[in-house]
Amino acid sequence: MIRLNGITKRFGDYPALHSIDLEIREGEFIALLGPSGSGKTTLLRIIAGLEFQDSGQVLIGDQDVSGHPVADRGVGFVFQHYALFRHMTVAENVAFGLNVRKRRDRPSKAVIKARAEELLGLVQLEGLGNRLPAQLSGGQRQRVALARALAIEPKLLLLDEPFGALDAKVRKDLRRWLRDLHKQMGLTSIFVTHDQEEALELADRVVVMDHGGIEQVGTPEEVYMQPATPFVARFVGESNRLQSGGGEIHVRPHDLEIVDAGGETVLVDNVFRKGGVWRVEGTLGTPGGRVIEIDLEASKTPPHLGETIRIQPRRSTTFTTTGTTNGA
Amino acid sequence: MTAIIAESPIVPLSASAEPEPVTRETLRHRLLKSRRNSARATGESRVAQTTLIALALVFLGFFVLLPLIAVFSEALKQGLGMFLSAVTNPDAFAAIRLTLIIAAISVPLNMVFGVAASWAITKFRFPGKSVLITLIDLPFSVSPVVSGLIFVLLFGAHGYFGAWLQAHDVKIIFAVPGIVLATVFITFPFVARELIPLMMEQGKDDEEAAISLGANGWQTFWHVTLPNIRWGLLYGVLLCNARAMGEFGAVSVVSGHIRGLTNTMPLHVEILYNEYDFVGAFAVASLLALLALVTLVAKSVLEWRFDLKTGASH
Repeated sequence: MIRLNGITKRFGDYPALHSIDLEIREGEFIALLGPSGSGKTTLLRIIAGLEFQDSGQVLIGDQDVSGHPVADRGVGFVFQHYALFRHMTVAENVAFGLNVRKRRDRPSKAVIKARAEELLGLVQLEGLGNRLPAQLSGGQRQRVALARALAIEPKLLLLDEPFGALDAKVRKDLRRWLRDLHKQMGLTSIFVTHDQEEALELADRVVVMDHGGIEQVGTPEEVYMQPATPFVARFVGESNRLQSGGGEIHVRPHDLEIVDAGGETVLVDNVFRKGGVWRVEGTLGTPGGRVIEIDLEASKTPPHLGETIRIQPRRSTTFTTTGTTNGA
Repeated sequence: MTAIIAESPIVPLSASAEPEPVTRETLRHRLLKSRRNSARATGESRVAQTTLIALALVFLGFFVLLPLIAVFSEALKQGLGMFLSAVTNPDAFAAIRLTLIIAAISVPLNMVFGVAASWAITKFRFPGKSVLITLIDLPFSVSPVVSGLIFVLLFGAHGYFGAWLQAHDVKIIFAVPGIVLATVFITFPFVARELIPLMMEQGKDDEEAAISLGANGWQTFWHVTLPNIRWGLLYGVLLCNARAMGEFGAVSVVSGHIRGLTNTMPLHVEILYNEYDFVGAFAVASLLALLALVTLVAKSVLEWRFDLKTGASH
């Protein structure tokens, strides 16, 4: 179990994190999700011990590791740009954490070699041990970085934007692969991402962050269906914002339907096929004319350009200064 | 130990999804392609190209190649015998020896200093960092004569520490220690200036990865940082060495020009020349020129390797 109590961190005058409390259960796969500057990477680095908080505690297991350097925390860290040692072979990279151990803790050469091979097998890079990192593709390098982090048998795996530097197709494959790997190993893992799709697909629970604070912690289902704050509604998935009285109504594009009477009028200015649905874009008939996005089932006939339609939400979330209500 | 090993195979990654790894071949191909395109894009006329190239070659020939040839031809003017006797003359020999000693002391010192300063500047945040960066460049912007005078002012007979040094019978000015000090001062930017941009570009990730894997500071430096900077370091050391052996101004001020004792090669060349011993002067000068040529070749070789390394790792 990992527990963070009131973690606060400033960089000069810039408040990077303020009073973060978080509890992570054994074996969980956690996503720290937020835009750049939200403090997610700083939080990950503080958990790792690569950065130190100004106040607050980090507990791993029952141990307060607040002042411990990274080497004493038993964490495996995977860097966004892999940080592979470019002059070492893949096998030497993986074995590094074992080779630098003190003589009395260090396994024999043969054991280290076997262990490196075993790990390369785990990340499906058998037979590439003699290559240099420069001779691998991005996805392969990221898997070497993962194998290297796992070699020291960490209690906790931390990944900083693990798929950030990869192209879309490789990303998707690697994502699924990582989820399966986590299922099999059950190693408590935290990864940082700015990609909400990635967070929703991989994580057991998502921690949505903004401006150095936690906006919401919940399962992917919860943060998508019951966003706790307007920021979460906007950042996780798409949503239309409508003004109403004292508050803000958020409606997902797929929660809007076209009706014959009632609702609001929308002037359609763009219609295109977006995967399995029709995406209809238009401006609201009310003064100030906000842009509205609507997803229609592909089987339905979409409205024409320039047509005025009437829409009504099936489901929406209302944020007022006094609270949040989810309604159908 | 096997706790984290998968029981059953994990969904295989389709091999086709991986982009082709960047090899040296593809890199070279891309480079050539971009070169061809850029030539087309800028498209100066053939005349302009030829004129510019010719101009550069003439300039280079007149200001670089011609003097170089002159040095060697003057040195060998009266035959190889005269050349050899000029170089093996006891005073010349002493000058060569002293120059080698000075380089052997100041280059390692600046190597250590350069690595330490670059490390501090690129890996840590601390107050006064920008002042340190500026100070490193100081020897480049100060006239060498002034650099020499600084040490006379500090350690000379009438300098700040002069009386104390005399009382303790320590000779710095007009002795080898003074020459070493002046040379160290003059050459200290070379290594640091080569390393700082390199280490800045490489960032802290590799070092952080190493310590997260349990390496201590020394292991991190030795196994990760040093291999990452080795070509840049060698390059800086090479330039540092060339300057340490060739420095005239600062050394001239502190040396005292005592033949056989405090004359370095450049100083010896000047003395011989002033005495109208042209063969002797050019003979020793040709050795310095030879050093420059060797440095140049080594530098080109390094640059070639260096480019290949950094190029291939991207």
